[in-house]
Parts: sequence; structure tokens; C-alpha cells
Amino acid sequence: MSLSATDFDYIRTLVMKRSAIVLEAGKEYLVESRLIPLAKREGFSGLEEMCAGMRAKPSPALVEKVVEAMTTNETSFFRDLMPFEAMKKQIVPELIAARGGSKCLSIWSAASSSGQEIYSLAMLLRENFPALRDWRISLLATDLSQEMVARTKQGLFSQLEVNRGLPAPLLIKYFTKEGTHWQIKQELRDLVEVRQMNLAESWKLMPQLDVVFLRNVLIYFSVETKREILGRVREILRPDGTLFLGAAETTLNIDENWTRVQIDKTSCYRPGAAELRKAA
Amino acid sequence: MRALVVDDSRAMRNIIAGILRDIGFEADTACDGQEALNRLAAGPLPEVVLLDWNMPVMDGFTFLVEARKKPEYADVRIVMVTTEGEIAHMVKALEAGANEYIMKPFTKDVIAEKLMILGVMPE
Ligand SMILES: C[S@@+](CC[C@H](N)C(=O)[O-])C[C@H]1O[C@@H](n2cnc3c(N)ncnc32)[C@H](O)[C@@H]1O
Repeated sequence: MSLSATDFDYIRTLVMKRSAIVLEAGKEYLVESRLIPLAKREGFSGLEEMCAGMRAKPSPALVEKVVEAMTTNETSFFRDLMPFEAMKKQIVPELIAARGGSKCLSIWSAASSSGQEIYSLAMLLRENFPALRDWRISLLATDLSQEMVARTKQGLFSQLEVNRGLPAPLLIKYFTKEGTHWQIKQELRDLVEVRQMNLAESWKLMPQLDVVFLRNVLIYFSVETKREILGRVREILRPDGTLFLGAAETTLNIDENWTRVQIDKTSCYRPGAAELRKAA
Repeated sequence: MRALVVDDSRAMRNIIAGILRDIGFEADTACDGQEALNRLAAGPLPEVVLLDWNMPVMDGFTFLVEARKKPEYADVRIVMVTTEGEIAHMVKALEAGANEYIMKPFTKDVIAEKLMILGVMPE
């Protein structure tokens, strides 16, 4: 039994409103594969009945589950490696030199999924920059999904997850084995603040930031939403701060108020249009 | 780039070698540690060895220790690929000179990402 056009439209509007995630025509298969199991778990005979139930009496809890089921949480430790190499070789050393006075450093993993990105950054700082020990380091991880927020807080990963991208020496040093899973040590969990946050809604209580990892999430949004989010990142990023996007993402043709900086095989972005920077 | 896959299971050898070829390696195989040592001696040296732990004739750990005695193999990266998932095993392998450790089961991405960490990746 396949998804009716009306139900697809209902789901797509709902998901768009709650998460800004765009489900184009042709994504019916994705809705089916993600929501049929959810409908069954929630005690409905299928997707049609769940949609009818939600239309008649929308329950906030079920709406949240539907939206969460439509997010893609794929991630890994040190994903794409090169941005982390750039952090190690250039960005963090520059920040240490520039922030010697305040000794404060703040990094944000926006759309952190299950936490691999922020913990990779935490390990990177611990491993390579002992000088930061007496600095105030703020590592913030946020995600739309409550489930992902809970997972990041817990810092518990399966065998397959720790296999992915995590150097074995770091696994031994920073994790403890809990049955079949691996948990990141308390000392690293204590470094990270984890919050639920929808990038597409207004941002409350955001600190000024030195580095933003906003990777593999803009791809799900419309150009307008991308532009709005990039604009807000510019507002909270310090003038010499750095933005990392996913390998398939760019500010180009979306928000021209960024300068692309090439570091080895990766690019990152600095606030300010290229011409302005040259003139300055 | 060359890789040597050492595993007593033919199915496993084929899976790993297949993945490596997909990534762009020239992949050779050996059934146990002794055969792998012979391979290294005969040359040409691989950039990386993917090594099972438990094998007949000579196990992976013994191979590791033997290979690390030879300075001429110092640049060969050795990656343990094993079902041994205890921290103690990992520490033992890394202390004996393994460069990386992959726990079975794994996926193609796991292998690719680990090799990327080690800096052995065909262009
Ligand atoms: C593919 S993961 C990216 C994880 C990590 N940044 C990386 O690159 O590996 C995308 C994440 O974006 C989150 N997400 C989707 N829409 C969001 C929104 N509107 N606000 C915040 N997070 C969102 C999802 O819950 C998911 O965990």
C-alpha cells in the first residue's frame, strides 16, 4: 500500500514547518520507509491510519516522533578528516595566539547528531593542545532531535560507530567499554554542553563563537532557510572566527558575505565578503 | 598503492581485498602470518597490511611482532582486523606496533576511514 498524495503533502508540510527539512516530490519512498515502522510501533495499522489520526487529533509527542524519524543522523568520528586536520594545523593554533589575553575558546557543533563531531573536537583539543588546559573552553552541541540530544549527552557508541573514523589509540584513551558499547569518558562529557535547538527557529542564548561546525544539515533546507541560517551564524561568529560546512555544502550563491579559505584539501569560511576583506 | 590482506578465511580475504580494490589498491592476500612474512620478504613491500588475529600456522600477533623486528618494514602500516574487541587486546596490538585496529563486523566505510586516518589512500 503506497502513500497517497494527500498524506505525503500532509507529512511534508508538517516536517517543513517543524524542522525546515524539504521533502521534494519523489521522496515518497523515504517517508514510507521511515514512517511505516513508526506507525506500527505507535499501534496504527499503517501510514494512512496514522495520518488520519494525526489530522483528527494531533499529539505533540507523535508529531515530534514523525519529525525525528524524517531526520538523517548519519555521522562519524572525524568525518571527512580534513576539517579536523585544518583545525589542528591552523585554526586552533591561530586562535590560541589571538585569544592569549582572554584565554577563552568557544566551538559549536550545530546539528551534532549523536555527538561524534563534538567529541572528535574535544579529543582533538585534548590530544594536541595541552596549553588549553587552563583556558575556558566552551564546546556546545545542539540538534533538533531530542533523541540525538540524549545520545550525545550519554556519549555511548556501538562497536560499529567507534570503528568509524576513530583512531584506535584515541578509543583506548578516551572511552570505557560498557558491555557491547563504548562510552566516552566523563572528563570529556563534562567539557560539552548539549542542547536541543532548531536551527530554523529563532536562536536563544547563543554565545559569541570562534568556530562553528555546521556540516551536512544545510543540504536538507531550502535556499531561503540556508541563507537565513548562514546570516545568523555571521552574527554570532567573531570577525576572525571560522565556519566549516559539509563537503557538499557551500555559501556560494546563497550568502555572499563570506570568504572561502582553502586549507590543504578542505575549505572553510570567514565572515565578510571577499572584496571587503581585500580592501580592509 | 599496495595492500596485503592476511586472513585464514577465504571469504574474509575476498571481502577485504574486494573493498581495497574498490578504493583503488592493488590487493594481495596471504592465509596466515608465515605466508605473509614470506610475501614481505619476497617484495615489493605493501603500504599497508590488514591482519587477522587468530590464524593457524602463525597468528597475526606473532606476525606483528616479527615484522616489527625488521627496520626495513618500518614504513609498512599494519592494521589489525579482528573479532577481538577487548581493550586489553587493542592495547597489546598497538604496543606491539600495530598502527590501527578494526573490530569485526565492519563496513567498506570503516576500512576507508581507517586508511584515511593512517594517510594511506590512493588518490
Ligand atoms: C547528517 S546529520 C549531521 C551530523 C554531523 N554534523 C556530521 O556532519 O556528521 C544531520 C543532523 O541535523 C539535524 N537536523 C535536521 N534538521 C534540523 C534543524 N532544523 N535544526 C537542527 N538540527 C537539525 C538532524 O537531527 C541530524 O542529526
